[in-house]
Amino acid sequence: MTESAIAQISLDTLAPSQHAFICSVVARDDIRRRLQELGFLPGAEVVCLMRAPSGDPTAYRICSAVIALRREDAQRIRISFHTPEHTETEVLAHGT
Amino acid sequence: MAPDESGRTLSIALAGNPNVGKSTVFNALTGMHQHTGNWPGKTVALASGSFRSRGRPCRITDLPGTYSLMSRSEEETVARDFILFGGADCTVIVCDASCLERGLNLFLQTAQLTENIVLCVNLIDEADKKHIRVDFQRLERELGVPVIPVCARERRGLTKLIDAVAGMPKYRQTHHCLRVRYPKLIEDAAAMLVPAVERESGGRGDARFLALKLLEGDPDLAESMEEHLHLDLSAHLKQEVERARQYLRDRFIDDDRLRDILTQTTVRAASEIAGRCVEIPRDWDRRDRRLDRILTGRFTGTLCMLLLLGIVFFITITGANYPSGWLMDGFSALGTALRGALEAIHTPDWIVMPLMDGVYLTLTWVVSVMLPPMAIFFPIFTLLEDSGYLPRIAFNLDSKFKHAGACGKQALTLCMGFGCNAAGVTGCRIIDSPRERMIAVLTNAFVPCNGRFPFLITMISAFLTGTLAFPLNAAASSLILVCTILLGIGMTLLVSRLLSGTLLRGVPSSFTLELPPYRRPQIGRVIVRSVLDRTVFVLGRAAAVAAPAGLVLWLCANVRFGGSSIFEWLSGLLDPIAAWFGVDGVIFAAFLFGLPANEIVLPIMMMGYLSTGTMVEAGSLVQMSALFTGNGWTVLTAVNVMILCLFHSPCATTLWTVKKETGSLKWALLSAALPAACGLLLCFVITQLTRMIGAL
Repeated sequence: MTESAIAQISLDTLAPSQHAFICSVVARDDIRRRLQELGFLPGAEVVCLMRAPSGDPTAYRICSAVIALRREDAQRIRISFHTPEHTETEVLAHGT
Repeated sequence: MAPDESGRTLSIALAGNPNVGKSTVFNALTGMHQHTGNWPGKTVALASGSFRSRGRPCRITDLPGTYSLMSRSEEETVARDFILFGGADCTVIVCDASCLERGLNLFLQTAQLTENIVLCVNLIDEADKKHIRVDFQRLERELGVPVIPVCARERRGLTKLIDAVAGMPKYRQTHHCLRVRYPKLIEDAAAMLVPAVERESGGRGDARFLALKLLEGDPDLAESMEEHLHLDLSAHLKQEVERARQYLRDRFIDDDRLRDILTQTTVRAASEIAGRCVEIPRDWDRRDRRLDRILTGRFTGTLCMLLLLGIVFFITITGANYPSGWLMDGFSALGTALRGALEAIHTPDWIVMPLMDGVYLTLTWVVSVMLPPMAIFFPIFTLLEDSGYLPRIAFNLDSKFKHAGACGKQALTLCMGFGCNAAGVTGCRIIDSPRERMIAVLTNAFVPCNGRFPFLITMISAFLTGTLAFPLNAAASSLILVCTILLGIGMTLLVSRLLSGTLLRGVPSSFTLELPPYRRPQIGRVIVRSVLDRTVFVLGRAAAVAAPAGLVLWLCANVRFGGSSIFEWLSGLLDPIAAWFGVDGVIFAAFLFGLPANEIVLPIMMMGYLSTGTMVEAGSLVQMSALFTGNGWTVLTAVNVMILCLFHSPCATTLWTVKKETGSLKWALLSAALPAACGLLLCFVITQLTRMIGAL
């Protein structure tokens, strides 16, 4: 998987109203799968919407839905401001 | 030619993401004909219901809302197993028209398990408002399954939906369901396993899917296969699995990478399909974002929460007064009639008195006090839930709970606890992490439930603000009540912190919270359903708990040994101990006997002081306060009683619910000990301090 050579930063540094693209999910435990299924995949566009009154968690828009993440978890998602390339996966049409 | 099956019951599985209105679809189809049961061996409950469509009987099972079928959570396992092994004719996947992409991911995953799927695109009215356009025909062409737009709220599209389900066998003859293919390497590895799987499973379940899961090394599936298909994974099959996995490892696809690819393939495919079939205008969620700015803003967020709390309490408490009074009067009249009837047939006293003065009185008391506030609070709560606001509360308060070692969703279970602690405990299922769920369960009783509010308010009005003139007394009472509630919440956080540092040690879990779009709830339907649910609950509890308690209470108050009843003997015994805590034996005894239901603590106290042998109504506040003062009450006593009311063992129903939810008596006992210990400690400290200061 090739990733953009430009510096990757983590999702928690994104400020409200900023857009970015997901580079990778660094977390390796159960949350990795949950995040991927919610749409946090390389190439996906993410928008930071708002922070909770106390500053944490932060709500992000991904895949037409709004998901709130704590800082520690957002830190484990790498983003960049340019679309990274991503692996091709085959999607074949009908048949068994 | 398939035999004519038009008379056979159609069996449907209902799946979908959380927050897509799946329950609305389920309720719209089944109405009142539903019941909840447990999937064998698991604590996840499955609701199932029946209905008729075009004369044909149908049975539908509501699976838990899940984001996927691939993760290890209990709900996803149950959903997946039902689709695989539950024998449904067809699976209906409900998705939100405004968030089709995520629903498509679940669809594509389900399509790996079965071909008989109908996609139900719900909430089309909401999507219309946001000018989101879905090309249903194109979607149907791409997916190869019927795609039915539905507005379950207004019951539109439901007949078409069931028609599509019934017509599935015929549809299959001309359409093929889209099955996403994984990269060639992985498909090849799965193909290596398929023959062995088919041999062992005897053709049940989808061989390719089972092969893929075995490759992935999913231990839960192995268990499920053994349970449902009655097959053991033979040594031969395990060998084949290992061979296939080595094949992948040799080509640099290890377990982690495999899992990634399996997850990402369907997500990406869903995204591409959605990109082609759904048109989303810019700023489509403008209204939601504006609302969020207010409801989760720095100051406005907290302000709105407090305001809402105040309004809900106000409506519940004042709204419940009149119905409670009417119920009491009604039951009283009924009681007199019953008594008359019993006496008319010459029923002996020793039956009439325990029955009417014990069982009947307690039962009707509990119903009168408990039913009206519950019938107001819970519909309001459900409306808030349906509108989408509740996750915002969890969002706002998460950091406080995180510092206590718990999770933001505990804020929601806490709110439920205001209505009824037992409901709050059951509600803790929304918390994923078992450790955090336990903390929420154990601390739920620290906030006062509907049964305790009347008591608290009476204490405040009679002893703390009674001397003030209107409207000052109302304002002061409200203020003190709010402070009491804040004390309860503060204690919850403190004890949660304590628990996560000692018995339930652990780090805060990872946490994803979805903030769904705001929706207009179906006010009428919600209210009716909620009121009915709550009524059934209260009546059931009254019958199961309050009635026997009433009998025991009557016996203890009227069976006399050597001149005094058991109750009097007990309160006498407890007097010296109680003095340490600033109360007296009657109060202690009242709390003990009030274990079955918080609502009867105050009447028992009155009974104790009046030595009447039956529970007595409060009459006027003045009379009651005079009675208590005459028995040695001071402001200190009242304060201590309020603290005990706030922090004492949860009622019997809650304890039983804790035992059921945790599966352990040990935790249930702890859930009783924790608040009781806190209450007693507080009383002790306050009493001794006050006495010391008084002695100065």
